[in-house]
Order: sequence, then structure tokens, then C-alpha cells
Amino acid sequence: MSLMPDSSGYYGSYGGKFVPEILMPALQELEGAYKKAKNNSDFNKELQYYFKEFIGRPSPLYYAPILSKQLGKAHIYLKREDLNHTGAHKINNTIGQTLLARRMGKNRIIAETGAGQHGVATATAAAMFGLECCIYMGEEDIKRQSLNVFRMRLLGAEVLPVYTGSKTLKDAMNQAIRDWVSNIENTYYVIGSVAGPHPYPLIVRDFQKIIGEETRQQITEKTGRLPNYIIACVGGGSNSMGIFYPFLEDSEVKLIGVEAAGRGLNTSEHSATLHRGTPGVLHGSLSYLLQDDDGQVAPVHSVAPGLDYPGIGPEHSYLRETKRVTYQAATDEEALKAFTLLCRTEGIIPALESAHAVAAAVNTAPSLSENDILIVNISGRGDKDVNTAAEKLGVNL
Amino acid sequence: MNNRLEKLSYIKNSGKKTLIPYIMAGDINLDTTVEIALTMARSGADAIEIGIPFSDPVADGPVIQKAAARALSSGIKIKDIMDSAARIRQESDIPLVIMTYYNPVFRYGTENFAAAAHDSGIDGIIIPDLPLEESGHLHDVLKEKNMAIIPLIAPNSGNRRITNICDNAQGFIYCISVTGTTGTRDKIKTNLQDFTSRVRKNTSLPVAVGFGISGPQNAAEISSCCDAVVIGSLLVDFIYQHRDNAQFLTKLGEKISEIKKALTPGGEHVACT
Repeated sequence: MSLMPDSSGYYGSYGGKFVPEILMPALQELEGAYKKAKNNSDFNKELQYYFKEFIGRPSPLYYAPILSKQLGKAHIYLKREDLNHTGAHKINNTIGQTLLARRMGKNRIIAETGAGQHGVATATAAAMFGLECCIYMGEEDIKRQSLNVFRMRLLGAEVLPVYTGSKTLKDAMNQAIRDWVSNIENTYYVIGSVAGPHPYPLIVRDFQKIIGEETRQQITEKTGRLPNYIIACVGGGSNSMGIFYPFLEDSEVKLIGVEAAGRGLNTSEHSATLHRGTPGVLHGSLSYLLQDDDGQVAPVHSVAPGLDYPGIGPEHSYLRETKRVTYQAATDEEALKAFTLLCRTEGIIPALESAHAVAAAVNTAPSLSENDILIVNISGRGDKDVNTAAEKLGVNL
Repeated sequence: MNNRLEKLSYIKNSGKKTLIPYIMAGDINLDTTVEIALTMARSGADAIEIGIPFSDPVADGPVIQKAAARALSSGIKIKDIMDSAARIRQESDIPLVIMTYYNPVFRYGTENFAAAAHDSGIDGIIIPDLPLEESGHLHDVLKEKNMAIIPLIAPNSGNRRITNICDNAQGFIYCISVTGTTGTRDKIKTNLQDFTSRVRKNTSLPVAVGFGISGPQNAAEISSCCDAVVIGSLLVDFIYQHRDNAQFLTKLGEKISEIKKALTPGGEHVACT
């Protein structure tokens, strides 16, 4: 198994650069700039500085005593990405990419957002560095996530509604690509997941791998060994790639990615790309994709807006094929149960996305022994989801 | 074995300009698509691009995005579009080029797609999200069937890229007039003279310019520095606006003739910007 994409940006047979010719020079420029920055000590110092002083890293690895006890004998730890500034892991990547944009002399930042977490994280980084910022967001998501829209605007970003297609994340990404094609000279596109054309899946994974690096050090300090299981939710796949990556070569550590089964894998309302998709090309890379027989991208559903995406990062397709990572799926209902469980047992309100990972832990932990250590990545906090949760739990606010 | 796109080289060598209109297959309905194509062929079009709609057209502006969404909402399939192309081919020898995104081709299976296109009388394929680096496999598959991948070159493509793209090209070269998506523009800022001459240094194939053309006058200006103009959004919008008019095919034919006439050398002389 290879840990790096080949020179064309492929992880096995997945990845590549399927973009309009106009973007090819921009991707080459980005690749060159990133290679330089990656090996530049000033860049890395700067990144570490903002990770610590602005985001508040390292995020704790918290032992969850009550949840552990409720679920049997295994020891469950939670990686607290929800405690980061702006409330999720997304900020790790936006700080990294905005620093890169600055080095490249780009003064305008654009991004797509679904739930608004990546949009808020991008708007935050742009505000801090004094860059112009435009966020594309589907009209449907704008309605569902009005609080995050207001946050982005407070931070000085322009939020541009997208009225085409399903009016959600994938359409926002289409529109961001169109903007980039039209403003290539001064604009840097901050992609929020390990998706998109090469080198984005690599760049985003590298900025998110801090999650796994810290986890590795923290669990070793606390227990003297590596965990048996690491569980993370997968939409596009950035928080999971971030925590999995530093463990890929430790075959004794079982890695579990959790997709959104929505209203069930046997309905058409889910976003379980690796469970129900087929290989396809969307947003610049070849990976698994939920699509029809003619290659038209399928509508998707999840109670967690951050998982509501028909594609998945190419490295995940590769990790599934090599069987290094096992992929499970949790329904809306299972995620909501796990959401309330974590609130009650540990006093932590997780994002509905992260609740999918908790749901997989609920299914996995009871069969484990007292010698087993299981880590769940709590990729974000659930403040943004309380309205949805109330509605689903039948509570009138 | 000859490919019908060689006709474009004959036109170029005779000193005339080529008009390549674009149709979104299935916008209105596929029977109308066939009639539109035959009307265009009779009215002065030299080749026709048939768009296969895709759910996520990132290289397209609003006009073609909406046309694609309309076409897909009727439930048409690639197979139906291929059947319609075959109907056009039965009536006309005009070169036919498919324009679509890579995923429909990939999902259909590149070999199956090439075979279906070939059997329907298609001569070439344009795929805006398939750059040179990713096109090797499809290039080989199409070559087996004597079909071309028409490559796109952008104003910001470097000279070395242009050389590499032209080395592999067949049919014609498609130069994108603007760094942006498809759709008419009030003004095209690119120095097209400089751009097309950088391309011409690398190829003897006809050089077409498309994206952003706003009307006959603009097409005439642009044609003075290239061999062919591709007109998409302008006509897609024209067709949509006039769809309920009983005389709509006649009007479309007149529009095509008007543009073609503007392109003919000896008409009003205009400088290329």
C-alpha cells in the first residue's frame, strides 16, 4: 500500500485532475507552491503558531468513562476536534490553505460550504489574514443553516446563494469551480475536503493529519500503546483522513470510516458513497460516486448536512480497495440516538456528522474486551445542529 | 479512412470560415433536436456540436446549465441521444461532434460510448473536463473507431502545453476565448490575435474559437483571427426564447444564415481584437 499519490495524483486507480484546461496551469502553480511551502521551515513554524495560538491545538484526547462503561468493557477515548476554534476540524485546513494562498500572492479566497462549517472556518481565516472572501452555499442549505450564514457575514465574507441543481453542497462546489475558472489570476479556491483535483486531496489530508499525529502521541502517553480501533465519520472524508493517516502503517490499529445511511441503505435517501456508489468523476477526481447508469449524479440525503455529498475523496476509495480501512454506515436514526447518548453520558453535544462515528462505536464496543482501546473522532460540536435535533426528536423550540 | 471533420480543413484551405453551432440534446425534446440540427445544416452550419447534458456542468454558464437541467428533467438517456444523432446522420453528411463531460462517457464505458457514437455517425468528441493528462485512454479508444478528441486550449495555457496538446490533436483545435465559463460576453478581453497565433505555430489543423460570442458582428470580428467559430449559449438561448413560435425553425435558419453571412470573407471588413 502506498501512502502518497503518484506523480499524476492517483491513489491506486483513484484521483487525477479532471478539470477544464483553464485550471490546469492553476493546479500546477498550486502544486509547485505547496511543495515549496511543505518543506519550508518558516511556513511550518507559522502553521504551528496558528494551530496553537489561534485554533487552540492540541485538542484533548478525552477518556469517556461513562460511555465506556455503558457500552461494555472497552476503553473509549474521544478526540475533541469539537473544541477547536469555530467548533470543528475544518479550521485546520482553512488556516493551512489560507497561509498558502498568502504565499502565492492571492488576495481573494473562495470556498464552497454545505452545513456552513467549512464556510465559517474559511471566512475566519480570511478575516484574520485580511483577505477578500466569497463563500458559495446552496439555497437549500442557506435556509437550513441561517445561523452559519450570519456568522460568515459577521466575519466579513460575502455569502453567495447557489440556485442550480439540488441547491446543496455539490452545486455550491460547481459554482465555486466556475468562479475559480473566471477569476484565476487573483483567486485561491479553498476546497474543504479531501476531494477535488490533485493536489487538493493531498493538501487537505496534510493539513488535517495533525489530528492523527496528536492522537498517536496522546494515546501513547496515556496508555503506553496504540489503540485497537479508530472510528471517524466520512462525507468527503477530511476528518477521517486526518485521524487515519498517521496510523495507516500500523496494521494492528483497525480503522473504521462511517458513512451516512440516511433513511436506510436500501432506500434512495442516503449518502453512503462507498456502500452504494460506483466509480465516477465529479469535481475533478475519479473516485466512488452516487450516480445513475448514465453517469448523472444522484440526489443524496443525510440528517447531517456535512455528510450530504454524493462523492468521496479518492484516497478513501483506495483505502477501501486495499481493505486498510473498513467502511460502515449509520442511519439518521442511529446517529440521533448516538447524539443524545453522548450528550447524556459525557456532557458533550457532538455534531450530527460526528454522531455517526459515535453510532458505529455503539455497535462496535460491546463485542470488545477490557484490553481494547477505541478512539472516536468527535470532528465537530453540535451547536449548529440543535434545531435539527429538536425537530427530529419531536421537540418544539 | 476519412473522418468527416476533414471537411473543416478543406474549408480552411479554401480561405473560408467555418460555423459550428451547438445544440443541447433534448432541450425541448429529441425530435426537435433532430429538426434543429437539420435546419442548421441546411442554413449554413459547417459542423454541429451536440451537447449531452450532465448534472454538474462546471465549465458552463447559466444558459447551458439551465438547458442541461431542462433536458435531464425529461428523463432522456444517452442511448436516446445517440439514436437522434443517427437520425440526423441519415439525412445529412454534416460533421457531428459530441460535447459532454467525462463522467457520462466514463460511466457508459469508454469502449461502449465510442462504439455507440461511431454507429450513430459521430465524428469527434469534446470533453471540457478531460485535460490532455487524463485523455490518453479515451484517445486510444476513439482512434480505433476513427473518431477525434477535439482538445480545448485556454488563453492561459503555456506554450509548452499548447505544443503538447496540438501534437495529439485531430479534427480541429478549440480555443476558449475567455478565462471563464460558456456564455455570451459584452466584451472579450483576451488578445485573440496573439492567442490564436500561438496555437497556429503548433498545428496546421483548423483553429476554432468559442465561448462568449455575442452575435453575428462579434462572430465576424473573431473569425478574422481563426478558421472557425463555435456558437453555443447565444443559440441555445435563441431556441429557448422562440420555442413556442410556430415559425421557430424558420427563424433559427435565418439566424444561422445571418451569422454565416457575417463570417464570409468579402463581407464587411472587421479587425480582430
